[in-house]
Amino acid sequence: MDSRNFTFLVYGLVAAWLILFAYVAAVAARERKISREIENLKQILKDQKGN
Amino acid sequence: MRQKILYGLCLAAVLLLGRNLAVMLLELPDEAAQGAIYRIIFFHVPAAWTAFVGFFAALVASVIYLAGKNLRYDALAVAVTEVGLAFATVNLVTGMIWGRIIWGIWWTWDPRLTSMLVCWLLYAGYLMLRRAVEEPTQRAKVAAVFSIFAFADVPIVWFSIKWWRTQHPQPVVWGGGSMDPAMWRMLFLNWVPLLLLFGVLAALRMRQEQAQREMDALRRQAHAL
Repeated sequence: MDSRNFTFLVYGLVAAWLILFAYVAAVAARERKISREIENLKQILKDQKGN
Repeated sequence: MRQKILYGLCLAAVLLLGRNLAVMLLELPDEAAQGAIYRIIFFHVPAAWTAFVGFFAALVASVIYLAGKNLRYDALAVAVTEVGLAFATVNLVTGMIWGRIIWGIWWTWDPRLTSMLVCWLLYAGYLMLRRAVEEPTQRAKVAAVFSIFAFADVPIVWFSIKWWRTQHPQPVVWGGGSMDPAMWRMLFLNWVPLLLLFGVLAALRMRQEQAQREMDALRRQAHAL
């Protein structure tokens, strides 16, 4: 393979993967937050109905 | 079951991307003038196509929402817009890195680059607009109208290199550019895993939007008690 500008090819590939991984991580974090909040709300409703 | 299918598709996408990367680096012929950097095209172009698929899906979902007022289509519109925007970011950033080497500059106010940046800003604006409106049906209506208007920029991005004299290379698909058949194949082969990733992420985001609505309903219930 012609190795001219190889460093910038690596920068490009790393940038592309990093952007996608960062987005996947953000989606996963949101998933956890939503599940936690739904569980909390269900618990609050259960407690309120119990009182 | 659905979760397993999504994980399976995600794994398939990652494996395909790894395989394509190996072929790109080890088997594909070199480009005479650019050196190794030309290989960025196999991410840059498919990322743009994937983003446009997302924005087109958002347009269709927005029109269907306005016609039927079913909030599922609003959830679909926001999901595909957000994932499309991530791929548009990949397109812009990889293009800038290529431009730094080939043009000697990170950015130029060329019609293709500018219209793509405007496209990115419009869809980022769409997501910000959604945060600004509290009431769900009002938010869905305003966002759907905005999404339809925002899509007007996509054909401008697509045809900008035909309509104006630009620094950007001519299109390799339906244009004046030409490529080795092996490079052509790789362009489409690398689009497949990106589309798979797009589908998985959009499905996850849509499920989150529906969970968010469930959460809002539970909150209202908790306040009412």
